[in-house]
Amino acid sequence: MKYTLPLAVLLAGPALAQDKPVLTVYTYDSFVTEWGPGPAVETAFEAICGCDLQFVGAGDGAALLARLRLEGARTNADVVLGLDTNLTAAAAATGLFARHDLGDVAFDLPVAWQDDMFVPYDWGYFAFVHNVGGDAPANFRALGDSDLTIVIQDPRSSTPGLGLLLWVKAAHGDAAPEIWQGLADNIVTVTKGWSESYGMFLEGEADMVLSYTTSPAYHLIAEEDATKAAVPFDEGHYLQIEVAAVVASSDQGELANDFLRFMVSDAFQSVIPTTNWMYPAVTPEGGLPAGFDSLVTPETALIFPAGEAGAARDVALGEWLTALSR
Amino acid sequence: MADRAQPLNLAVWAGGLAAGVILALTLGTITAVLTRAEGAFALAAGDLAAIRFTVTQAVLSAVLSCALAVPVARALARRRFVGRAVLVTLMGAPFILPVIVAVLGLVMVFGRAGWVSTALGTLGLPPMNIYGLHGVVLAHVFFNLPLATRLILQGWLAIPAERFRLAATLDMAPRDIARQLEWPMLRATLPGAFMVIFLICTTSFAVALALGGGPRATTVELAIYQAFRFDFDLSRAAFLALIQLAISAVAALLALWVAVPQATGGGLDRTVERWDAARLGLRVLDGASIMLAGLFLLLPLLAIALRGLPEIATLPAGVWAAAWRSVWVAGLSVLVTLALALSMTLAITRLGAAQWGFATPTPPASICPKKKPEREGFPTWPVAIRRRCAVARGIEAVGYLAMAASPLVIGTGLFLIVFPFADPVTLALPVTALVNGVMALPFALRALVPAAQEVEARFGPLADSLGLTGWHRLRRLTLPRLRRPLGFAAALAGALSMGDLGVIALFADPEAGTLPLLLYRLMGSYRMDQAAGVALVLLALSLAVFWVLDRGGRVDADH
Repeated sequence: MKYTLPLAVLLAGPALAQDKPVLTVYTYDSFVTEWGPGPAVETAFEAICGCDLQFVGAGDGAALLARLRLEGARTNADVVLGLDTNLTAAAAATGLFARHDLGDVAFDLPVAWQDDMFVPYDWGYFAFVHNVGGDAPANFRALGDSDLTIVIQDPRSSTPGLGLLLWVKAAHGDAAPEIWQGLADNIVTVTKGWSESYGMFLEGEADMVLSYTTSPAYHLIAEEDATKAAVPFDEGHYLQIEVAAVVASSDQGELANDFLRFMVSDAFQSVIPTTNWMYPAVTPEGGLPAGFDSLVTPETALIFPAGEAGAARDVALGEWLTALSR
Repeated sequence: MADRAQPLNLAVWAGGLAAGVILALTLGTITAVLTRAEGAFALAAGDLAAIRFTVTQAVLSAVLSCALAVPVARALARRRFVGRAVLVTLMGAPFILPVIVAVLGLVMVFGRAGWVSTALGTLGLPPMNIYGLHGVVLAHVFFNLPLATRLILQGWLAIPAERFRLAATLDMAPRDIARQLEWPMLRATLPGAFMVIFLICTTSFAVALALGGGPRATTVELAIYQAFRFDFDLSRAAFLALIQLAISAVAALLALWVAVPQATGGGLDRTVERWDAARLGLRVLDGASIMLAGLFLLLPLLAIALRGLPEIATLPAGVWAAAWRSVWVAGLSVLVTLALALSMTLAITRLGAAQWGFATPTPPASICPKKKPEREGFPTWPVAIRRRCAVARGIEAVGYLAMAASPLVIGTGLFLIVFPFADPVTLALPVTALVNGVMALPFALRALVPAAQEVEARFGPLADSLGLTGWHRLRRLTLPRLRRPLGFAAALAGALSMGDLGVIALFADPEAGTLPLLLYRLMGSYRMDQAAGVALVLLALSLAVFWVLDRGGRVDADH
């Protein structure tokens, strides 16, 4: 019984394709869940494009790029949505992506954006999240000197984990190993992914967890729970900018560019804050939802340029492993 | 007539074919990944440390799980009490939990803010710290103690009731019974249990990392993960996968070599009555064993249940569709496991049985010779027999390989194989069922092979003298006698498949996920409370599947 459905879709495929072009967008898993931006974006875009928008979920950002590399030029993807600036240099080097034709877009990013291949759709700062009223160290050194406990993610298997690695490296450069040694006794444990550590934090295993400055917005808006807050660090916070790009081998290049244009429009951007829990890359006309104004906004945004992120990552990983394996 | 030159019958070919399927899934997928690799591979500095840590934690976890399982299994074997069957099933639950749920359950009980630490706090003691190598081992024992207990318990229940009756007649002390009846059984059962647990622990990754407390707890699987997604170095990923297989192959061969099969002789399959265990000291010991193991295994389950219960009402609508998909994936996995395990078991038994016949003076066991028979004064085994025995052992060893294969590499390899021909997304569920079924094979073999060899040893001569062969022998003799291990194997395969994320994460279709995938997605979207509710549903469903199938193998049996 179960097989008859895909079979039916397969047979109906050519018929559907005649009336409507199909745009296949590869993205990370949490984008396409019923709580993510996926459903609303699909409805809104299909209302104007005269096409069938199909999302394919593939793990997280790094798994997404790996998937595309496995498939190579034969991929079905027309657009890849969900890479971040730590991956764009490697992604560009694969030659699998094409230039976009969006021209200049007025992005509301904390840093200037110039890229003829990758278009940002949201962004956020990495931050430690704690329970309101708990001790709030002012920076990594203070955190290392304190008795506070933290749970973090492994940079080898998790995007925020990698973000923390680059955060410390960007803020402290050659002093990064020293910072990590200071943090070693604060780290309760390192988990494979964000979910395990966030779950552990909510169960009270640690005082703080590595997440985003926007995480408290979820608790505030979706759960009406104002007890979580991000801790501002005075050396600045590392920025994650999430981007999308057209796949070079796509036979729907024009439609793919239409999608990118739609992506930076209000219809898409207004969905982002309360589904992806990140800042929109272009602030929609109605502004940010209530609750976002209460979030910590760092004075300094730290980020490695895409071209330097790869090299910084490898050095920082070595330092991290050495400092924490003692 | 030591070698009756039996033709290699259908069973042997089927067993060979099953082994072929598994080789294709393990080595085939690694090859597929290698064909896409560019450049040569080299081990990184950290890889040796990863290999060392992997082996260390796996050995410790397996030793401890087995050692603790012996008193628990013995207690369960010789005690009858109300709720025993429920307890046995419930105690098996940790084994079938999704990793992320089990970790959170353990943390809720043994963590820094867990129940134990809170209790210690009220006594003015510092909280418990479970993060480190001991935490990894604790988690692995939590997962695998139930499995070890079940495998050993089966060994205990397989000792014919007549033995204990005879021992009671002879007024044997518990110590004598242990030496004469129980030790030989353990000698046959423990190496296999050890090996299976060792294999599970070698591919551990998320548990090892979360409870290991940091990058010191880097396992080979994490190194594979890193090679794949961090460096996109496919050759290194494949090479590490081969290393992981090699570690496991060595462990499997060692265990098969160490295991000394039982050569017991027949009984009438009656219920065991244990007159020897009535002493007060033994009763206290057994009671304490069951109680401690029960607390250790059930408290985290209770924590998961308490956490999830209030959320059941708030569960998203997709839960029941996902649950349904999980159930049929589990059903398919059961079929895969049973088909593969049964054909392999019959082949192994058939090949092993080739050595004896009426003219063979002794030993009567239908099992391949372990030691050079000359030493015991027998003529050298004919080459044909030795060859058959090698094939039998080879088939069995292959059965354990799948467990040792890196799930990430299997998934990636399958993806590469499927992609040129079909959209992997549409095949996500059947492929997941296939891989899950193969992953459960080692447990099925562990349960089936000794039981089948026992049947052959006990009833083989009688069946031979009656000319009971082929299909009739299978239907009249072998299958009825294997009902209990078959039920257990099906139960484990079904429940494991329910709870395992498996390769579906790599193929996922946003609208057609399984329950574990839904759980991970909920957690990834901050919805920890709903995820807790799903975890409870998953736990209940897995247990129900386990209970139904396991009971199915034990209808009208007393245990």
